[in-house]
Amino acid sequence: MTDSIIQTIDITKVYGMGDAQVNALDGVSLQIDENEFVAIMGPSGSGKSTMMNILGCLDRPTNGRYILAGEDISDLNKTELAIIRNKRIGFVFQSYNLLARTSALENVMLPLLYSRNGHIGESEQKEKALQVLDAVGLADRVYHQPQELSGGQAQRVAIARALINDPVIILADEPTGNLDTKSGEEIMQLLQKLHSRGSTIVMVTHEDEIAVYAQRVIRFLDGRIETDVLNGEGSNTEHLNHEKLLQIEGGAS
Amino acid sequence: MRPSKVTQIAWKGLVRNKLRSLLTMLGVIIGVSAVIIMISISAGTEAAIEEQITGLGSNLIFVQANFSRGGFGSGGGGQGQSGGLVYDDAFAIAEEVNGVAGVVVEQNSSETVKAGNVTIDDVSILGSTSDFPSVRDMEIDNGRYFNQAEIDRNQKLTVLGSSLAEELFGDDVPVGQVVTVGNTKLTVIGVFEEKGLVGEVDYDMRLYMPITVVFQKFTPSQFARIMGDRVRMIYVEVAEDAESLDDVILQTELLLAKRHDVSLEEPDFVVTTQQDIIQTQEATTEAFRNLLAWVAAVSLLVGGIGIMNIMMVSVTERTREIGIRQSVGASPSDVRWQFLTEALLLSLIGGLIGVGVGIGGSWLFGELGGMRTLVVPTSILLAFSSAAAVGIFFGFYPANKAAQLDPIEALRHE
Repeated sequence: MTDSIIQTIDITKVYGMGDAQVNALDGVSLQIDENEFVAIMGPSGSGKSTMMNILGCLDRPTNGRYILAGEDISDLNKTELAIIRNKRIGFVFQSYNLLARTSALENVMLPLLYSRNGHIGESEQKEKALQVLDAVGLADRVYHQPQELSGGQAQRVAIARALINDPVIILADEPTGNLDTKSGEEIMQLLQKLHSRGSTIVMVTHEDEIAVYAQRVIRFLDGRIETDVLNGEGSNTEHLNHEKLLQIEGGAS
Repeated sequence: MRPSKVTQIAWKGLVRNKLRSLLTMLGVIIGVSAVIIMISISAGTEAAIEEQITGLGSNLIFVQANFSRGGFGSGGGGQGQSGGLVYDDAFAIAEEVNGVAGVVVEQNSSETVKAGNVTIDDVSILGSTSDFPSVRDMEIDNGRYFNQAEIDRNQKLTVLGSSLAEELFGDDVPVGQVVTVGNTKLTVIGVFEEKGLVGEVDYDMRLYMPITVVFQKFTPSQFARIMGDRVRMIYVEVAEDAESLDDVILQTELLLAKRHDVSLEEPDFVVTTQQDIIQTQEATTEAFRNLLAWVAAVSLLVGGIGIMNIMMVSVTERTREIGIRQSVGASPSDVRWQFLTEALLLSLIGGLIGVGVGIGGSWLFGELGGMRTLVVPTSILLAFSSAAAVGIFFGFYPANKAAQLDPIEALRHE
């Protein structure tokens, strides 16, 4: 299926050796299609963070294949993975991970600095960064530094940074974990808005209230997928197909 | 990533920690400026000495008393005995050695000089013989120098250096006037042309008179008065038609050995040439310079270790930043270049400041320290390029460490 953004085939991740060996992931196969909004849940130690790191190309699986946007990236080296992260993936972290003492604008422009596919001019870069900052509602905070921003605003900057290189997927790791309820809701609404405009989002969370914003919830347990259901449906371990997704989206809007 | 971008990021990294960057650079600044200052002092000293030696006149050989042999007292004090040079040795050399153009004996003193209502204290007095102007390359501007007959008769005559003449007589014509040196009145018979500074000696502020008058009136102590016409050094100018310099030296040595009744193996005098002195001096300054080079190398090494130390701290402290950069697509080489460039910038800026401090310091030593300094361009180049090399060398390990960080670990770092 050409619309599949993420496809993993029997991924395992083993830490340690011998008796101390731990199978963080134990044969995970999953498929995420374009414009899906997926929540990954599970208790700590279930493998959800490891899965996230592999999906984000920060880590490599021990075995199995990972195909991102049609490209098998299981065997890429560190530099090649860095290039994939740069042009294919947008990260949103729990603790924002913005560069300190650096303006929102420069933080958003950071991924452009490491772009390899033809450099665009400085003014064009700035133009683009201003656009995404505007899209996340921070047009008036462009020159503020992270320490001058509220948690919600900082997370918006992080989302703007994730968007700047038009990634095929946004990976959000507990995006509301450091935020109060109201800011958390605003961030989730923003992610939903991005989703409705066509972004594909995979989000790790342990909060059910946050998971409800997603269309599909995958639960991990002991390195395996325990359940994989569409929100609002009962237990459904079958993978969603694209038609279903469109139906749900149509119904929701 | 483009080099200009890398430099920009590295620069921002340094500016964010101004004080720390400055302290890190301090080692390099001190190292580089030390190299430049020390080399400028040694080059200045060398130049001064060489100028002094060549400024004495051309084609000279120097005959010095060799006191280290214990000449004093051993011979019973009489002339012709072993015990250093005497005034008459100069005449003997002039008369008996072939290929000698002139012989000069000098005796120094200093006295208060008065002319009319002008009094100048502590004027340097040089007693000499008639060949002095030609042997020492001094030109008479006005009047004449004293001749041998006048010297032999202890005549109270004097020739003035140009500056001294001007200070004593202003616009008046000095020749024919009388100056009082100490308690002795002397008639001015000539004024030298301007000669300028030779080494540390201002020949234009000197007062010249027959050496016999100095022996008679101005020998500084009672002891020296008894020693009378012993002299410290005899200058021998070798004639153009002399067989060879070595021949003149040999003749002089044989003559003096005979006169002093000593063997050539154990003479009570030393004969040297300008070339000898310059060579000895060069050997000394070269040893000095080698020592300085080591000091400089060590200080640059310490500076480099300082850079490495701070870069290690910086990498650890900025692990999170490195993780963030990696997550948005910085490759290991991007990260390596960033930190390597920071180290290089630190050492280059430190090197640049060091060059400034070095040049300023050399100037200051020259102005205030009374030292002759000469900034050598190659020393600047040497110091600056070693600083750069130090930056690359000592920056590489920390930069590599940063590049090898695992992005997941780095992002987790607090």
